[in-house]
Amino acid sequence: MLLTLILAPLAGAALLAAWRGAGDRAAGRFAAWWSLIPIVLVALLGFRGANPGGAMAAWSLDWIPDAGIALTFVVDGTSWLFLLLTSLVTTFVLAISLQKGLTSRSYAALILVMETMLLGVFTARHFIPFFLCWEMTLIPAYLLIRLWGGPNAPRAARRFFIVTLGGGVCMLLGFLALQIGVGTMDFGQLAEMASKGDLTKTLATAFAGTALTGPTLLLFVAIAVLLGLAVKIPIVPFHAWLPDAYAEAPTPITILLTGLLSKMGVYGLLRVFLPIFPETFAVLAPWLAALAVATVLLGALAALAQKDLKRILAYSSVNHLGYCVLAAAAVVASQGDRESASSAISGAFLQAFNHGIIASAMFFGIAILESRSGGRRGLDDFGGLRARVPVLCGLMGLAIFASLGLPGLSGFIGEFLVFNGTFGLLPWAAAVSVLGLLFTAVFLLRLIRKVFHGPLGEGLSTWPDLSTAERWLFAPVIALIVIPGLWPQVLLRFLNADTLRLLDFLKP
Amino acid sequence: MAEALQPHLPTLLWAIPLLPLLAATAVAFLPDARGRIASKLAIGALGVSCVLALLATACTLTPGVDKPFRLTTSATWFTFGESALKVGVLLDPMSAAMIAMVTFVALWIFIYSTGYMADEKRFGRFFGFLSLFCGAMLMVVLANSLLLLFIAWELVGLASYLLIGFYFEKPSAAAAAQKAFITTRVGDMAFFLGMIWLYRQTGTLLFYDGGNGLLESAALASLAGTTTLGGLTVSAAAALLLLVGAMGKSGQVPLHTWLPDAMEGPTPVSALIHAATMVAAGVFMVARVHPIFANGDGVTTALTATAWIGGITALYAACVAVAQYDFKRILAYSTVSQLGFMMVALGTGGVGAAMFHLIAHAFFKALLFLSAGSVIHGCHGEQDIRKMGGLSKPLRRTFLAYSIGMMALAGFPFLFSGFWSKEAILHSAEIWPGGKGPFALAVAAALLTAFYMTRQALLVFFGKPRRPGVEHPHESPGVILVPLYVLAAGAVLLSLIATPFWPWFEKWIDGEAARFHGGAFGEHGAIGLLILSLALVTVGVGAGWAVYRRVSDDSGAPDPLSGKLGPLWRLLENAMGFDALYQKAIIGPLAMLASLIDAIERGILVPVMAAGETVLKAFGRLTGASDERGLNAGFDGACSGLKRRAAGASGAQTGRIQSYLRTIGLGVAVLLVLYLWL
Repeated sequence: MLLTLILAPLAGAALLAAWRGAGDRAAGRFAAWWSLIPIVLVALLGFRGANPGGAMAAWSLDWIPDAGIALTFVVDGTSWLFLLLTSLVTTFVLAISLQKGLTSRSYAALILVMETMLLGVFTARHFIPFFLCWEMTLIPAYLLIRLWGGPNAPRAARRFFIVTLGGGVCMLLGFLALQIGVGTMDFGQLAEMASKGDLTKTLATAFAGTALTGPTLLLFVAIAVLLGLAVKIPIVPFHAWLPDAYAEAPTPITILLTGLLSKMGVYGLLRVFLPIFPETFAVLAPWLAALAVATVLLGALAALAQKDLKRILAYSSVNHLGYCVLAAAAVVASQGDRESASSAISGAFLQAFNHGIIASAMFFGIAILESRSGGRRGLDDFGGLRARVPVLCGLMGLAIFASLGLPGLSGFIGEFLVFNGTFGLLPWAAAVSVLGLLFTAVFLLRLIRKVFHGPLGEGLSTWPDLSTAERWLFAPVIALIVIPGLWPQVLLRFLNADTLRLLDFLKP
Repeated sequence: MAEALQPHLPTLLWAIPLLPLLAATAVAFLPDARGRIASKLAIGALGVSCVLALLATACTLTPGVDKPFRLTTSATWFTFGESALKVGVLLDPMSAAMIAMVTFVALWIFIYSTGYMADEKRFGRFFGFLSLFCGAMLMVVLANSLLLLFIAWELVGLASYLLIGFYFEKPSAAAAAQKAFITTRVGDMAFFLGMIWLYRQTGTLLFYDGGNGLLESAALASLAGTTTLGGLTVSAAAALLLLVGAMGKSGQVPLHTWLPDAMEGPTPVSALIHAATMVAAGVFMVARVHPIFANGDGVTTALTATAWIGGITALYAACVAVAQYDFKRILAYSTVSQLGFMMVALGTGGVGAAMFHLIAHAFFKALLFLSAGSVIHGCHGEQDIRKMGGLSKPLRRTFLAYSIGMMALAGFPFLFSGFWSKEAILHSAEIWPGGKGPFALAVAAALLTAFYMTRQALLVFFGKPRRPGVEHPHESPGVILVPLYVLAAGAVLLSLIATPFWPWFEKWIDGEAARFHGGAFGEHGAIGLLILSLALVTVGVGAGWAVYRRVSDDSGAPDPLSGKLGPLWRLLENAMGFDALYQKAIIGPLAMLASLIDAIERGILVPVMAAGETVLKAFGRLTGASDERGLNAGFDGACSGLKRRAAGASGAQTGRIQSYLRTIGLGVAVLLVLYLWL
């Protein structure tokens, strides 16, 4: 079932490739319907996994037994949450692309290819399949930005590609060193070695010629891997590629970038990096915490200076993912009490999931503004729209308030858990980062005031409100913002057992 | 009957806030054209809530017991790791008094709004937002968990934002809404940190939980026993953070600037949210967690801070109110000032006095705002008191209601609730062992209250009409006047339950039985305080009468005091320049910082990235790795070809996918080459 799930989108892409005579809309419709298959399969997994403690599904193949390279994929509760996010957001993106007339055979096929790769990243338990999928998300993303993006898309896409590829190469170098040094790239085995303290010893023996001690070697390896993750999330100052890429990409693709690709970094940090490098992470964590605080604050402040709605939300994404990094860094840096740590980790995963959904809703709102206005999306291009398109304003307003952490909506729970945990572990980092929550409110409310409030702007008086199709596209995303906000347990029940297991990797 | 209800009380308590919230949700799905249905839904839901609230309140009236009635519930909301986060509801005399007041006052304001807002095109939306507000406010007061209180607290903030910005087409209203949300959020973030700190220290956010709650002895001991930075106990530090939260919501200096601007909202909103209920949420919150504030030996830091901030706010806002011309703005500053009185009471230990002033103030201030609305309605939207005058005859009924509210606020003796509640606060401040400062500030503020209310009453209702536009005002219809009478009756009748002779209300809050105490004034100092209160109102009203008795008939004439006070008057007119200061000291620098960061991004980070890109390319050429060049040339070639074909309409469909697959293949090849090369 897991293999079917992972390969289903790829099969859809293959069918699209084979379907020569397909028109743009037909291909788009096919892809959107096809992408429901992964949702159904993920839902089935979720229902079946009544005991979300252990593995909910697994698949493995010894690919190159001599080198110990196996294609291992496992779904547990945390992976499941990311699979759910991936399948939902992909369908959403395909559907809104179709509705906005963006789609075509190749466009839809590339998105489906990307979905398979993402599903692979979130389930892989060996570095080789993990890395292959990780890098293979880049190519469709590159092409989608490059070919369907705005006027400066070629440059933005190239930078996005090169910078993230550079990060990927660092990560690859790190794991190759592990393969050479300790002979395995299996996440589970590496984590086990790390917990016994074997990793440094073996590494020191293997690289005895370099005259470096084991911890130093491991530090180099860890930094290389961390760079790959930092670029992807991104953490300040590795975010320079992001605003242009997000702004130049067609808006549905921006949703893929922020909703899914950035989550690979968060997932990798907590699920791959933390278990394998707990001690090295502890050395790096204070620095990482400082960078996370910088990410939170600079992201929010930079958003305050932007005039382009997509760039505002791009920096807002930087800010929101900064909380995930903050939580991870706090857990490792202080090695404090278990309750705070489990709060921080649950919060980080929840925040990643919620951000994916909330950002989808907000960028969809911007896609609607763009399509109504003929491509304009400046902060000052609109005004008073609430009188003209109250439903759009209401739904986007709801997403915006979820983004600024209004209780009752999903964004709050993640932030509460992150701050609750971080405060118990690194109180100063939490206290300073609270300013990020404040600045977020400032730039988001300013967005509402400029776009939706005030007198009606010029040329907007003929705008129609949301069409039925647009309402139906908004509905599931809004439901996914409201329901987990009121009933967070619906998501948390999948996380709790994994969270505790993750904490066991940290030395008391 | 109270006994029969007891077993169902928890369900009933949840229903009180949920009914208006459900009504708000339902209204959200109604089209604007169905405004009348929306108002009926909202009033119906709130009416049922009101009945339930009164029943619940009746359950807490159990005389003769020594400890306060307290019913608590708790249930797990969600779990993280091995921990469970619990929330619940709490009924005790304090929450009972609040739910009874909120539902009752709100119900009459809803009814008033059906008349006042009758011509609004977003009539239904208005009632939806009001319902959302009421539900959230009732949740604030019924919460048995600091987290649930915080959640509801933020939701009332949202409702306030939506209602201040109800006329969002007006830039000033949109700006006021944003200012209100952000200013209170400054406080809310402090509240958030304080809450988390308490949670980390005690492991619970429930107020009462059978001995394990935040406000019970074990948790309090832990809070008092741990010292943090500056030598403060965690208890004091967290209490100070919560206090900042309360200052934001309750408009205490220096976080008060949003409240006068909030008058951009429709007048019923000013009455309900920005006078009677929401702004009192901060006071209520401090009263609720008072055991944390008072946790320590003698006069604690947190209590001292509360008393002083309250005192300063009370006097500051009373001074500013003297120099305002807008009918509603005067009342807004008066609200700020009265909230300061409540804080003085809380800081000096008079929780019962603070709660009584809160309830009494809700009645008479709502009454004053609704009267103001009736006046503004009658004067065709005029709000400037300089342009009014002589309205006591044409608006006789409104004037009657207004004068009751005015006398209650100014502290006219004996018959009015405001007199007794203010006296109780002064009493609490006078006997406070922490010093006489807050008492002195409160006394001065009380004097000014009588003065500025006399000024307002004289300028609006006496003399000759000063503006042609308001010469033919019309009296409001019954649907507007009846709520005024009801609230006026409340403002008077409340005085019966909290006099020094029979301090039933304070005893109820403290959980004691009240006895008639005829000799109350014989006690030490009590008679002196009564005389002081009488003197304050006499001097204040007398001075107001002396200055404003013969005001010029010219609406453009300067205020009689402006010449005498000179620059001080202008300073007061500008509310002592807080807004300008914040603009210069916070908003401006923040915008500059944001631009600076943006400039660094564009000027340094992006060029560094571009340079890295160039280096990478050069490196590729240098090492002769043809794949690098192949990468660029191949990608760019393939891509531009695709782009051309993509631009060329539907005919160019075939073959596109092959090109992509070729490109993807190329990418994979590059990766493999990288592998081998590495």
